Amino acid sequence: MTESGARVAVPFRTSLMSRVMLGVLALLAAGGVIVAIAALAYGKQAARQSYDRLLVGAAQDIAESTKIVNGAPVVDLPVSAFSLLSLALDDRISYAVREADGTLLTGYDTAPIASKSGDQVLFDAMLHSDAARFATVARRFAERDYSGTVYFTVGHTLRARNAMAIELTRTALMGVGIAGVILMICAFFVIRSTMRPLEHMASELLKRDPYDLTPMPIKGPAEVTVAIAAMNQFMRRLDRQVGAMRNLISDAAHQLRTPVAAIRAHAELVADHGALAEQQQGLERLLKRTRSLGSLLDQMLSRAMVIHRTDNSPPEPVDLRDIALHVVELEDHMVLSPHAIVELCIDGDEVMVFADEISLREAVKNMLTNALKHGTSPIRVGVTGKGKTAEIWVADAGPGPSPEMLAQIGARFERFAASKGTSAGLGLSIVSAVAEAFHGSMHIGQHEGGFRVTMAFPAMGGKDAQ
Amino acid sequence: MRNSLLWAALQVVLLLPTALASQEEIERITAPGSQVDITLVLRSTTDLDVLRPIIEAFVLQNPDIAVTYEQWGSNALFENSLAACAGKVPSASAVFSSGVHQMIDLVNRACASAYRSEQTTALPAARRWRDELWGITKEPAVMIYNTDLVPAKDVPKSRFALLDLMRRPTSMYRGKIATYNIEASGLGYLFAFMDSLEASTFGALLEGFARTDAVATCCSWEIINRVSRGDYLIAYNVLGSYVDSATFDNIGVIHPQDYTLFLSRAYMIPKDGPEKQAAARLLDFMLSTRGQNLLKARNLFYAETDGATLPESAERGISIEPTLLVAGDKHRRKQFIDLWRSAFAKRDKAR
Repeated sequence: MTESGARVAVPFRTSLMSRVMLGVLALLAAGGVIVAIAALAYGKQAARQSYDRLLVGAAQDIAESTKIVNGAPVVDLPVSAFSLLSLALDDRISYAVREADGTLLTGYDTAPIASKSGDQVLFDAMLHSDAARFATVARRFAERDYSGTVYFTVGHTLRARNAMAIELTRTALMGVGIAGVILMICAFFVIRSTMRPLEHMASELLKRDPYDLTPMPIKGPAEVTVAIAAMNQFMRRLDRQVGAMRNLISDAAHQLRTPVAAIRAHAELVADHGALAEQQQGLERLLKRTRSLGSLLDQMLSRAMVIHRTDNSPPEPVDLRDIALHVVELEDHMVLSPHAIVELCIDGDEVMVFADEISLREAVKNMLTNALKHGTSPIRVGVTGKGKTAEIWVADAGPGPSPEMLAQIGARFERFAASKGTSAGLGLSIVSAVAEAFHGSMHIGQHEGGFRVTMAFPAMGGKDAQ
Repeated sequence: MRNSLLWAALQVVLLLPTALASQEEIERITAPGSQVDITLVLRSTTDLDVLRPIIEAFVLQNPDIAVTYEQWGSNALFENSLAACAGKVPSASAVFSSGVHQMIDLVNRACASAYRSEQTTALPAARRWRDELWGITKEPAVMIYNTDLVPAKDVPKSRFALLDLMRRPTSMYRGKIATYNIEASGLGYLFAFMDSLEASTFGALLEGFARTDAVATCCSWEIINRVSRGDYLIAYNVLGSYVDSATFDNIGVIHPQDYTLFLSRAYMIPKDGPEKQAAARLLDFMLSTRGQNLLKARNLFYAETDGATLPESAERGISIEPTLLVAGDKHRRKQFIDLWRSAFAKRDKAR
């Protein structure tokens, strides 16, 4: 990938800022409509209640000031009632005082009569050509010379009510507007401060050396640190992959050079020697060398694969007994050393770990191959579940490698093995890498009179299940 | 010329039936030598002589308009306007009345049409209602007295002083105090009614009127004339604007110091009236600076500078608001007039 290729232009998208702003605006618009409807309804309700009280108050005031004089109700129309009604500044007023039979005592005959009866009735009706609201209050008189109910109707047009409802709505909407502006400003600053770490991260990434895969400093709010952490993890994996690749290449360079040179030397020898017997011997040696080179390549590739898999395949529950069974059943040992005896030591209980099956198989295969090559028959492949630990092991009856060799075992690169054209060191390094990849460990040592290589993992199931 | 002849003929024909009704005077005012397209019918309670300069200035400024000025009594004008509102008689283009409570009633009965302009919206709230009624003038209700016959020490500066004057046991003012007959005059009724709301002195005043055989009579002009002649010594609740425009040098004017009522004559454009546009133009003209100056010159707009100063707290403007509907209520009016009659009837019995 070229440098210019790394800096591909980001395709244009609406910025987060404009999206959030649009969202806030949409929220405000929707909120505004809802608030407007609610406020208008509320305002109408409020205006109706307050002005209805005013109407009733005025009607009662008029009722109070009515007396029976000479056998007839006489209304001493109080100015206070009209002062009350005048609170609705620009509204027309209608009033009427009627007897039970509908006779108009005083007021306007245009004032409507309530359709319902009751001591206090509020109703809508028309006043001239305008919509209006009326209140009728009844007062019963039981005097010596007059007995009956007198109805006092007071009404006015709706200008003041509507104005009040609109004013309330306007105030509410103004509140929404102010809140909206504040919200937008807040959102603007919050988004800007939140996005700054991202911009910082982007610029830092662009400035980076392409081979620099060290983790980035984790700064900023949680959402951004998640992204940085994920990126760091990705870079770590990348680093490991790159490392594995490098190892593979350098291993190949180091380890293949000697065997290939040896093969060439043998081949030259065969070509130079004319005697048939010598040629035959030379070919056999050449064959042996080639086989050994093949198994070395196998191991190098399987190690690379194991490292790749541990990074890329999510661990799954695996029964270690299946692994042991599989490896023994492959019967590779029949090829390597046909006389060796291989025993399988498993019992009925499953031994579950959280790992990758293929990686485990490779590791155990390597353990078995090592035992067949360097150990003493009989060889046992076994699985042990011990509480929190699950073990899979390969043991032989021999004394094991020398202490000097043991000290070197497990390292990836080992000249000793390479110089011999064999691959013991590589095999154990695969085992060690697999064990570590799944939170386990590798143990090497004497055990029950033989040599044993063990991979121990945290056991799954029971109380300590992951 | 033929046109104007035709107009004159039409005028006679058109105005005859209404002239038979109760208006007192009728005159058509045009700008000299103008081409008249619009005739504005203005029905008013104001004496034409008082308002003439304003109308003439208006037609001069608007030569396309002729104003037919009809002068009415306030009660008659109210009846006429009600009938016009019901569509029984032809409506005026504009109605201009001192019977403000009657005008409020007309607007409340949806007889007026709304109009808004820069001038009308500039009016204070107390001088307009619903953009259908506007208070044009500011005229005080005053007491007047004959300066030749009333000794200076007797001149009542307030209602209390007038009461004291009327309570004297043997008074030279017996039968010499006049006020409006509130049954005949819409304006007199309004003033008396506002007095009854304003202060508790009203009862005492009625009692005083009864004690001194006060005269309830009609019409500003008659009262002023007779005070000047010496028939009456003091008149109560006379419209101040009339006194000053009538140049009587033996009449003194008192703005009562306890409180002085101020009347704003109300202007209304009837809903069915012809030439509403012209009526609105006349309204704007009267509210314009030029119109207000002309009104001031005719003493129709009270200004602080002329004569006796009045403490501001004593100014009681009669607000153009629906509270005045109370004054027009049938029962309330009957009770009020009964009270008034009973006060003046005592005098009749005593006689």
